[in-house]
Amino acid sequence: MRKNNRLLQMFLIVLVLALSAVSAVAQDDSQNRTVTDDEVNEIARDVYCPVCENTPLDVCQTQACADWRELIRTKLASGESKQDIFDYFARQYGDGVLANPPRRGVSLVMLWVLPVVLILLGLLLFSRYMRGLRVSEPDTAVASGPNSAMTIPPEVSQPAPDDYLARVEKELKRTDE
Amino acid sequence: MSSEITQTPGKGEPTEAVITPVGSTPVGEQKSGKIRWTMIALWAAVISLLALLGWGLMKTNATRPEAGQPAPYFDVEFFDGYQWDNKSVADLNDMRGNVVVLNFWASWCVECRLEADLIENTWRNYADDNVIFLGVAYADVEPNSISYLDEFGITYPNAPDLGTDISDTYEITGVPETFFIGKDGVIEHVQIGPLNQATMDRVIQKLLQEEGA
Repeated sequence: MRKNNRLLQMFLIVLVLALSAVSAVAQDDSQNRTVTDDEVNEIARDVYCPVCENTPLDVCQTQACADWRELIRTKLASGESKQDIFDYFARQYGDGVLANPPRRGVSLVMLWVLPVVLILLGLLLFSRYMRGLRVSEPDTAVASGPNSAMTIPPEVSQPAPDDYLARVEKELKRTDE
Repeated sequence: MSSEITQTPGKGEPTEAVITPVGSTPVGEQKSGKIRWTMIALWAAVISLLALLGWGLMKTNATRPEAGQPAPYFDVEFFDGYQWDNKSVADLNDMRGNVVVLNFWASWCVECRLEADLIENTWRNYADDNVIFLGVAYADVEPNSISYLDEFGITYPNAPDLGTDISDTYEITGVPETFFIGKDGVIEHVQIGPLNQATMDRVIQKLLQEEGA
């Protein structure tokens, strides 16, 4: 019985050691794997050359770009993700080197907030303009007197000019006579 | 909108009809107040947007600071072992009162290699004369920068251009490019391309003779 226990203990120790060795080898393998040119270029095409304007890294022939591609390869080999690498480039060389700069600071305002604000502003101005057109159309007001439901042209609701009133009064006096 | 007709009798007939829309005055005032504030908000938004666009355009079209202009502010985080005044971080204001030779370079830059020894030797010559040489590695990979510094035995302060902030501020067109800044913080000379000993000595001597700020 005692011998069996000792054997079981030894077996467990060997198992734990074997598992840790396998895990270490697997981790080491993932961190030092061979990175293909395609994998590098997949990231490089979304990064711009710091020297030549508007040239993606994957097609640029300068030494600076060759160094940057090598940097991408090293980072991929050490297990960094695509996003990690973009973040590193943005931090190290500025957002301007990325084809899709992160939405923050000036780029957030200029590329995202500004167009939305301009569209909303345009819609607001357009709706105000349309409302203005509707208000300026001829309208009729209905008098709500106790005994009448007469329709009063809109110009009556406006204060009449003095000479017009004078003329009306003159006409009324003439009819009274 | 409902209306009331007030009749003023005169000889049995209405002579005057005044039509007053019920409650028209307060509602009208409220409405015109709302419209006024909407218009103010609209104009404020339009002016802000134009200002933002103007600022963006100005930033895009900014030109390199030239001789006679104040050197734009910057701060740096030095490479390990290449600090200035035992500081790992410094800015241009800390250096005020010294002549500053601000040199942009990169390990991938062929012409930078032509001036590397010259700058190091000149730095050593003026080390006791309140002249600060500051190298800024532009768009470089850090291990390559360190290898370059080792290769040429460079000992003067050096820093990476993090986020290309300094090169953007100085609007450099390439490397190497060097700005000679006086004790008062004004740029004395801008060198595009590799330096030569005669230019360095002439500009530094002139700046050392000037009164500091």
